[in-house]
Amino acid sequence: MTQATVVDTHPLDTILRADRMPHIFCPGCSIGIVMRCYAQAVLESGIPLQQHVVVSGIGCTGRVAGYMDLDSYHTTHGRAIPFATGMKLANPNLMVTVFSGDGDLSAIGGNHLIHAARRNVDVKVICVNNFNYGMTGGQCGPTTPLGAVATTAPYGNPEQPFNLPYLLAAAGAGYVSRWTSLHVRQLKQDILHSFVRPGFAFIEVLSACPVGFGKSNNIPDGLEEMQLYRERCVLARGVPLENLSIDLRENRPIYVGNFIDRDLPAYKPVTRVG
Amino acid sequence: MHGDEACAEGAIAAGCRFFGGYPITPSTEIAERFAQRMPELGGVFIQMEDELGSIAAVLGASAAGARAMTATSGPGLSLMLENLGLGVMLELPCVIVDIQRGSPSTGLPTMAGQSDVMQARWGSHGDYSIIAYAPWSPQEVFDLTVLCFNMADRYRTPVLLLGDEVIGHMVERVVIPPVEEIPHWERKHPGVPPPATGVYRSFEPDPEDLIPPLPHAGEGYRVHFTGLTHDERGYPDMSADTHHALVTRLNAKIQSHAEEIIRLEEYFMDDARLVVVSFGCTARSARRAVREARAQGIPVGLLRLVSLWPFPEAVVRELGQRMDAFIVAEMNLGQVRLEVERCIGRPAWGVHHAGGEMIHPEKILTAIIAAAKNVGAPGSRKASSAGGVQISG
Repeated sequence: MTQATVVDTHPLDTILRADRMPHIFCPGCSIGIVMRCYAQAVLESGIPLQQHVVVSGIGCTGRVAGYMDLDSYHTTHGRAIPFATGMKLANPNLMVTVFSGDGDLSAIGGNHLIHAARRNVDVKVICVNNFNYGMTGGQCGPTTPLGAVATTAPYGNPEQPFNLPYLLAAAGAGYVSRWTSLHVRQLKQDILHSFVRPGFAFIEVLSACPVGFGKSNNIPDGLEEMQLYRERCVLARGVPLENLSIDLRENRPIYVGNFIDRDLPAYKPVTRVG
Repeated sequence: MHGDEACAEGAIAAGCRFFGGYPITPSTEIAERFAQRMPELGGVFIQMEDELGSIAAVLGASAAGARAMTATSGPGLSLMLENLGLGVMLELPCVIVDIQRGSPSTGLPTMAGQSDVMQARWGSHGDYSIIAYAPWSPQEVFDLTVLCFNMADRYRTPVLLLGDEVIGHMVERVVIPPVEEIPHWERKHPGVPPPATGVYRSFEPDPEDLIPPLPHAGEGYRVHFTGLTHDERGYPDMSADTHHALVTRLNAKIQSHAEEIIRLEEYFMDDARLVVVSFGCTARSARRAVREARAQGIPVGLLRLVSLWPFPEAVVRELGQRMDAFIVAEMNLGQVRLEVERCIGRPAWGVHHAGGEMIHPEKILTAIIAAAKNVGAPGSRKASSAGGVQISG
């Protein structure tokens, strides 16, 4: 049996706040994987670290800002996107990424999300979608599938969930992708691509929350959810956006990929000289 | 120039180059002026989707180094209050202008009110202190907007300008001084370069004034700002001791500088035995009433609250020792009167109206005459002809 060894350095030491470890994420949680993809993309971006800023809202995913050794802002629930918008417009040299969860971005922050997409403001949004409010113990939200069990939906969720890529496309977003926390290479590449592509980008990352969502919905551990992703994920080619809704409990394809990549003018403040 | 335009021009003169707002009567002309002027000056005007987004964008711009503001009215201020708390907690300077209208709710959108005094002070959750000024003329809107930016940067905190519809839409002469005569207090910036290793302490207060220097995004300090209770590095620290120390300092950095923040004007106070306390548009009526009472031989003066918060407790308390009576005139049902009574420890006369029209000088004069006659009489409460409540003390 091999002995575990403690290494002195880690490839991401330069970009994670080691003094903040251990993190708050539960065993089996996907957020750390998504954070790593973002961290690697930042390191490989060629953009000086000083120019990268990460802004988050509230929730488990919102805590990512606190672990990145970058200028990082952990704001209020739902308000990460407008905060990031003000920051980017005040200093256009910054590469501003919003890293937050599905509840934060699409429920309480839903209005800001669609308007940022419509405006095509140059911020990159990484949305960890774990189908529930994890930090507060597994309440249902606007991404919880119809019928799924949550602490605030003990008899099953009576509401239809958002299909986020469809929503964002309808709101006018120029760049919309979906991956899962299993698709680490594609996700990193997609984040990197969003950095060089001016304008608003929305990257949804389906993620395991075994404690909040999984245990009440028959996917009790993170590894099982990853296996499910491996079995069912299909690269969407020509699939209509309205067919991208997800229900992990149903045995049907989960479509992933980049769905929208269109050149639109990125939002710039009006200037008038003379 | 009218008051709302003077506000935008004051902000521009103060170096504000970021406006994020949502239209709302009677503040909309401020946004319109910014929409016209920012493109000429290379600044940013953005009309956000709501007031929640407006204040968030302003805080983000401030964190990136801009002098930034928004403008709204009572209903919009209500929506901004959550992130006003974030601004307090992150210690981000910004200016929030509230051109007050008749409230609560949609109330009287096009008519004046002064009923956001307590909302401005206590509206966000938690214990915090705020700075607020209340102009009584378009010129003073200009001057106080400049002061708001300077105070925000000096104390690393959001500052409110509490105007009202009358002043916002009043047209008067406004003198804009040459740029070199506009006072400009610099934001306190870290005097040291970013540390090569370790963490810059973005929330370590200067022991002199309790205010930490503010590093901006993009400067290499690798800051962490969180609305959670945090230590001096900005890292979350869920301990009761850290929380108590942080919240106490956030209050103390304002309260211990109250004398530098407070602005008051006194009229006819040298030999006064009675004092009218008022602010904003109502102070204009109060000044006229005091003049007329003087003509009738009543020794009354006017204390005009140019700043509303922090409340000038020491001044009012001292006046309480030597004044026979206090008359508080305001376009609400007694918000500042409560503060005055708290300081003087006895009832004051109130001339109140819920909003919608200026309080006529005649009504304030009536209260002054009644107060002068009742000096020494036992306290009694009765409805007044002014439509509010008078309390004799």
